[in-house]
Amino acid sequence: MTKFVDLTLSGVSTGAVYAAVALALVLIWRATRIVNFAQGAMLMITTFIASAIINSTGSYWLGFVVALAAGLVFGAVVERLLIRPVEAAPPLNAVILTLGLYTLLVAAAGMIWGNTPRSFPAAFSLRGYVVGGTRLLFTPNDTFTVLIVLAVAAGLGLLFRATSLGLQMRAAAFAPEVARLLGVRVSRMFTVGWALAAVAGALAGVLVAPSVFLGPNSFDPILISGFVAAVLGGLDSPPGAVIGGLLLGLALSYVSGYEGAALAPLAALVILVAVLMLRPGGLFTAGTERRV
Amino acid sequence: MTAVTRARAMLHHSTLARSLAWVVLAAVVLVIASDVISSYDDLQLATGAFYFAVLAGLTVLAGQSGQISLGHGALMAVGAYTVALLIGNEGWALVPALAAAVVVTALVGVPVGVAASRLRGPYLAGATLAFAVGLPALADKFPSLLGGENGLTINPPTPPSFLGSSFPLERWEAWIAGAGAIIVLFALYNLSSGGVGRAWRAVRDDEIAASLCGLAVGPTQAMAFTVSAACAGLAGGLLAVVLQLAQPGAFPLQLSLSLLTGVVLGGLGSLVGALWGALLLTMLPNWTNDLAHSFSLSTQVSANLPLAIYGVVLIAAMILWPSGIQGGVRALIRRLRRPAPAGVSQPTGST
Amino acid sequence: MLSVEGLTTEYGPVRAVDAVSLQADEGTVTAVLGANGAGKTSLLRTITGLVPARAGRVTLAGEDITRLPVEEIVRRGLAHVPEGRGVISELTVEENLRLGGLWRKGAAAPAQEMFDLFPALAQRRRQPASTLSGGERQMLSIGRALMGRPRALLLDEPSLGLAPVIVAQIMTMIRSLADNLGLAVLLVEQNARSALSIANRGIVLNLGRVVADREPGELAADERLRHAYLGF
Repeated sequence: MTKFVDLTLSGVSTGAVYAAVALALVLIWRATRIVNFAQGAMLMITTFIASAIINSTGSYWLGFVVALAAGLVFGAVVERLLIRPVEAAPPLNAVILTLGLYTLLVAAAGMIWGNTPRSFPAAFSLRGYVVGGTRLLFTPNDTFTVLIVLAVAAGLGLLFRATSLGLQMRAAAFAPEVARLLGVRVSRMFTVGWALAAVAGALAGVLVAPSVFLGPNSFDPILISGFVAAVLGGLDSPPGAVIGGLLLGLALSYVSGYEGAALAPLAALVILVAVLMLRPGGLFTAGTERRV
Repeated sequence: MTAVTRARAMLHHSTLARSLAWVVLAAVVLVIASDVISSYDDLQLATGAFYFAVLAGLTVLAGQSGQISLGHGALMAVGAYTVALLIGNEGWALVPALAAAVVVTALVGVPVGVAASRLRGPYLAGATLAFAVGLPALADKFPSLLGGENGLTINPPTPPSFLGSSFPLERWEAWIAGAGAIIVLFALYNLSSGGVGRAWRAVRDDEIAASLCGLAVGPTQAMAFTVSAACAGLAGGLLAVVLQLAQPGAFPLQLSLSLLTGVVLGGLGSLVGALWGALLLTMLPNWTNDLAHSFSLSTQVSANLPLAIYGVVLIAAMILWPSGIQGGVRALIRRLRRPAPAGVSQPTGST
Repeated sequence: MLSVEGLTTEYGPVRAVDAVSLQADEGTVTAVLGANGAGKTSLLRTITGLVPARAGRVTLAGEDITRLPVEEIVRRGLAHVPEGRGVISELTVEENLRLGGLWRKGAAAPAQEMFDLFPALAQRRRQPASTLSGGERQMLSIGRALMGRPRALLLDEPSLGLAPVIVAQIMTMIRSLADNLGLAVLLVEQNARSALSIANRGIVLNLGRVVADREPGELAADERLRHAYLGF
């Protein structure tokens, strides 16, 4: 029983991380109709930057904030310089380009920081809560993870629904040409979208780094899980990304717990294929279902 | 008609004749080249050959069938492990083991291909990416059979006795791999020039129009995938023979990405382009190593340099040069033959 | 207010707009007529900057706006209600309206003004725009264009797909916009009769070229012209 509770709680915690990555992917997809396969590598870089700050200043929170700020800048720069040329091209070009960016970033990280994974500090205590005499695996750090992801998701939701900027971004995503006719600077909205997405990604990076350790390839499974979660929730749906992330986190937690961690990537693949075959628009299809 | 004119006419009209001519030419080049170059270069030749085998299948899949796959590294693993198990554990001979690798990987390719045929663009890329990361994990799940992280080893292939006792091992490996590459070339050349290839390209260009012409879209695409999987299986099997090893570490995600770079650089859909790609994948690690030595770069840098270059190539290609080397060559040839016509773009919507 | 001189647009070898010149003054409605494929929509899209002009000039209130990007042209006071209305279905009625005035920031029209102008929209302010009827969508897209307090208004086939009764209402409303707000209205229409009923001037296009530029009465009286280009 305790095992089940432990697996459920840890599933929620990793699910929150998947939700953050999924959110990043969904934001970019909605704005520019591109799946950013480099998202995992981008958040890896911002986490390395955080690590460097933490090591040189001794302050976790400074590193945390710098990671998010770096994400903001990084996302904007990538969109402006690399993505802008392929936004109007066939989708395959953007896929290959983001994969190329992924490859380059991983290699660059290896060159700068080496390929050996290193440790990364957690924001809060990693000792599990004691409930009724048993020590759970769920820790204060996990609580922080879940809460902050939910807060960021809520914040983004508020931005989109209640602000003028959010309205312009939605218009640019739904109907770019009409938006231009209404004076919306659509390309600027795309840049903002990528920047915000990168912040969500950077958040996921610092949250998950303590458990996966920090290395050039450490975040590959996170990207894939984030993608599966985004597809599960529906690539067009930010709330879907959050729910998809949590559901996937639970599912993979149970698989790892009862069948072994090696099978988790395979389970993610099975879930992905199942969703794509049975309900391609995801659980929360917004509007018309896209034919995949 | 003289014999020469008849031969010329036959070459012009018959794909089969043309491809046989290429096969003979390639075989001759292989035999002569492998004799002339050093043992080390023979090993490089073998490596280039199996890269060509998988790249040829992948480029046909991507270019002619319009499907992108990031899972071909994992498919190579299937072929490699099949050969390692059959030769190492079961004592099979070389050719049957390689044939089995082709068949097994093609069989694995069938369900993947069926699933892939229903996916487009980024969804297909993401699914094959998940496949590439998920499949090698099986090696850890069945450590006794598949050897876990260390993988399986096999004995080097012995050259047949009629070649003489001093026939170098590396040269024999070059012959084996070269033969595999030539077979792949022959098969794909005929397929893509014939009705099958036309069906692939019709479906790629306009699915609705193709299905209205009676082409079954799903099965056509699944078949293209299976064929490319078979090529990957052969390539993996050849890799196992040349390296005498099959282990998870040899088939990371990076392999699939380097394969992608190879086909992008060579030009999607072009068999000649696959040759360029194979050249790149084989030679680049050597070149970067030499570069690292002359500039005294640390191993940290030199080990990651090929991948960094692949990344730059992919990015630059998509921004500057979407049709790769072969596309660039084709465009150049077109422009040399006649002046470039003014671009004609389609009018959008109503006037 | 809005002046077009020798405007030419090409899509590859096809010349969609061929040396078109016209004027639209404040407080007037200038109708641009012609059959399908005559170049009317391409003309509007070129004026607004969605499509680059091959040659010619577009001037708004004396300023040359020919090479400006769309977002800048809109900020100079030109509003374009596109073909098919361009209502963003995923947003609510109120959000669609607000969107039209965002670039103006504080100086935009309050949405309430549009609700007063179009009471039918007021009832549906929080509903997704996808729930609106054709006529309501037309009102919404016009209201949205007015939010930015434009000086010139381009309308592309507002009568498309609407019942005659609704078309009459829309046309009356367009006339009153020109009269009361002093807008320079450029009205592209296939429904020549209803467009001419409110227009100060009628321009007929055929194959991208201007074949007539006259008073509505003169156009209606010219039977040959009517039959050849206007369909009545």
